[in-house]
Amino acid sequence: MKRLFPIFSVITAVLLAYALYQALVVAPTDALQGDVYRIIYYHVPSAWTAFLLFFINFIASIQYLASAKESTQKAAKWVVIVIGVVGVIACFLPQVQHLLPTGMRPSAVATTVLAIPAFYFFVGKFFPGQRLDVLAVTSAEVGVVFCTIVLVTGPIWARPVWGIWWAPGDIRLTSTLVLWLIYVSYLVLRRFSNSAQTQMLAAALAVFGALDVPLVYFSIWFFRTQHPQPVIGGGGSMDPRMLHVLVISWMAFLCFAFLVCWSRFRLELLHREVEEAHAMKSLVGAGAAAKASVPLNRRPQ
Amino acid sequence: MSLWSVTFATLRKDIRLEWRSKDALNSMLFFSLLVVVIFVFSFDPLAEESRHIVGGLVWIGFLFASMMALNQTWARELRNQVLDAYRVSPAPANALFLAKALGNFIFVSVLEALMTPLFVIFYNLRVLGPAWQLIPVAVLGTWALVVNGTFFAAMSLRTRSREIMLPLLLFPISIPAVIAMVAATTAILTGEDSAHFYIVLLLTYDVVFTTACLALFETILHAE
Amino acid sequence: MPVTDAIPQGLPIVTVKNVIKQFGRFAALRGVTAEFDGGRFHAILGDNGAGKTTLLRALAGLAQPTQGTISIFGKDPEAACRDIGYMAHPSLLYDEMSGMENLRYFAGLYGIAGDGRCEEVIRAVGLDPELARAVGQYSQGMRQRMSLARAILHDPRILLLDEPFSNVDVNSAREMVGLLRGMRDAGKTIFVVTHQALLLEGVADEFVWMQAGQIVDRTASIARAGVP
Repeated sequence: MKRLFPIFSVITAVLLAYALYQALVVAPTDALQGDVYRIIYYHVPSAWTAFLLFFINFIASIQYLASAKESTQKAAKWVVIVIGVVGVIACFLPQVQHLLPTGMRPSAVATTVLAIPAFYFFVGKFFPGQRLDVLAVTSAEVGVVFCTIVLVTGPIWARPVWGIWWAPGDIRLTSTLVLWLIYVSYLVLRRFSNSAQTQMLAAALAVFGALDVPLVYFSIWFFRTQHPQPVIGGGGSMDPRMLHVLVISWMAFLCFAFLVCWSRFRLELLHREVEEAHAMKSLVGAGAAAKASVPLNRRPQ
Repeated sequence: MSLWSVTFATLRKDIRLEWRSKDALNSMLFFSLLVVVIFVFSFDPLAEESRHIVGGLVWIGFLFASMMALNQTWARELRNQVLDAYRVSPAPANALFLAKALGNFIFVSVLEALMTPLFVIFYNLRVLGPAWQLIPVAVLGTWALVVNGTFFAAMSLRTRSREIMLPLLLFPISIPAVIAMVAATTAILTGEDSAHFYIVLLLTYDVVFTTACLALFETILHAE
Repeated sequence: MPVTDAIPQGLPIVTVKNVIKQFGRFAALRGVTAEFDGGRFHAILGDNGAGKTTLLRALAGLAQPTQGTISIFGKDPEAACRDIGYMAHPSLLYDEMSGMENLRYFAGLYGIAGDGRCEEVIRAVGLDPELARAVGQYSQGMRQRMSLARAILHDPRILLLDEPFSNVDVNSAREMVGLLRGMRDAGKTIFVVTHQALLLEGVADEFVWMQAGQIVDRTASIARAGVP
């Protein structure tokens, strides 16, 4: 695995450079917005990557909370299976079908829904015990970085196009900002916790955050949205050449995110090993010193 | 020893202790008076404008005042580590949570009842919409603040500098509730929109997070 | 781990297996393995930071071990909480309420109705149930007794006491030791963490020596400990 890392880094670098070239040179200029629109090749892939990472964090946190007790672990497993089955069946019911955005086939949605339990079990299988928590902290940290990119590039684009930096009533802007706030507070909690079970506290907060996001979304629902409609699946108003570049950019960003997560994951594992070694050694010196000074102490036999 | 008997015994004990010392209650009352006065000096609108902004001001005032109450929630249990006596007992963790949340609900409601007339007087308010709807908004909004506030106050017990941690954890999660409270109050004051959607949203928020708090509180309480 | 067999029979009711408790870069317990017999008086001794209090808190179910298991009567400490009475170094009482009010509240947590049991334990520790003074105005010795009364309220089979004699004058301490001896004779299992080991000379059945997060020795008498 370690040997793959430099190879993968090179591939990622090449892909990022290629995506940049595509975005700046190959992609056609937008008829209405001009060249300023090209920022979406950074903005949108960052957003997708950030959401994916937060989703990973959520799944890992749920798994971690569930793994604390055998009974909850079993219950969570069945809940996830039920969600998968009900979700897939619901996609094919006629009542639900016309809720789906036009142009989305039910089978495609069903596959996506099926990915949730599949991913849940994948994470549970390959990240046992403490590694779940390492995965959670890694994806949260990297997710916050990508989410920051989204929040910075958004206003840069909005100023020339909308004429304002920020639209307070916009659903996606505000939801993304709240998501960012939640995950920053998640990282702050991890830093400030002096509990021996920081992982549990953090996982609980992650679940609260995940429950909060849909409510944020609905609370802003009533306001008129100023954001351009989603470019994927929302009527397909985008030039196919632009879409092509967007997908390439996303691939490059995903590779980059994966690379960063990978090294952060390894670093965190090493960090914890060091902590544990320190912890086990922390008392030995103190004990030896105390042996000489405090008369109450007794020599081990 | 059922959940509710322990809950009410704990609630009774908290109210009795609060009544004997009165320090939290008095400082909270004075603090909320200060908040109202500061707002009055900062914003001096016409009656027409004030209807549009007072919804936000009132709830920000309540939010700050309730932070004082929430930070006090567990302080008494930390003195002499009395919380440990609860934790070694077979009493359900959720009874403690419910007692603390109900206690906070009562304290914050008292504050709101005292602050509201001040807002009405200083801002010369007259409600143009259906005024009775302010009651469900106030009840659901207050519960939304205190249920998560009580939970995160318990979580911040396990952190360094816990008083500053509480708002850092609570505010991001509370944003949808705050949006709903403010929008509902403004809608009722101005009478321009229906507050119905926001009341339902607040109700959903309360149900979702009360469930989540009850499901996770035991984990938080024992995370030493 | 040197666990001596010097102490005669009795059945192990508390089993501690390879328990590690880690707080960040510090491990308070570094692999504690031991079995403790029922109906005995165990004194846990050691320097500051030897892990005595953490071991006691782990036995009480207050501190989850990072690794390893603890079983009490074959159950988790949390499941066995009705069998455990825990007295900490702080009083675990509300300063603003009287002793009786405190005990009435804690009795409610154990589902004990009525004042009878509360009065009984207050008398058992040598205090007056009618005393209306708030616990915050008690002397240290009275507070320790009231704290003990709270710990034995639900008549637990195991008592875990953390520094019950600290800041208490010698006579009060001796009285408390007498109380504990009586409870041991009545069949309770008692664990006491203390610095004043000499007080327990001839009373405790076993001395458990801790150092640097481990149990280093268990002896039947204090005699070999060197100096008090």
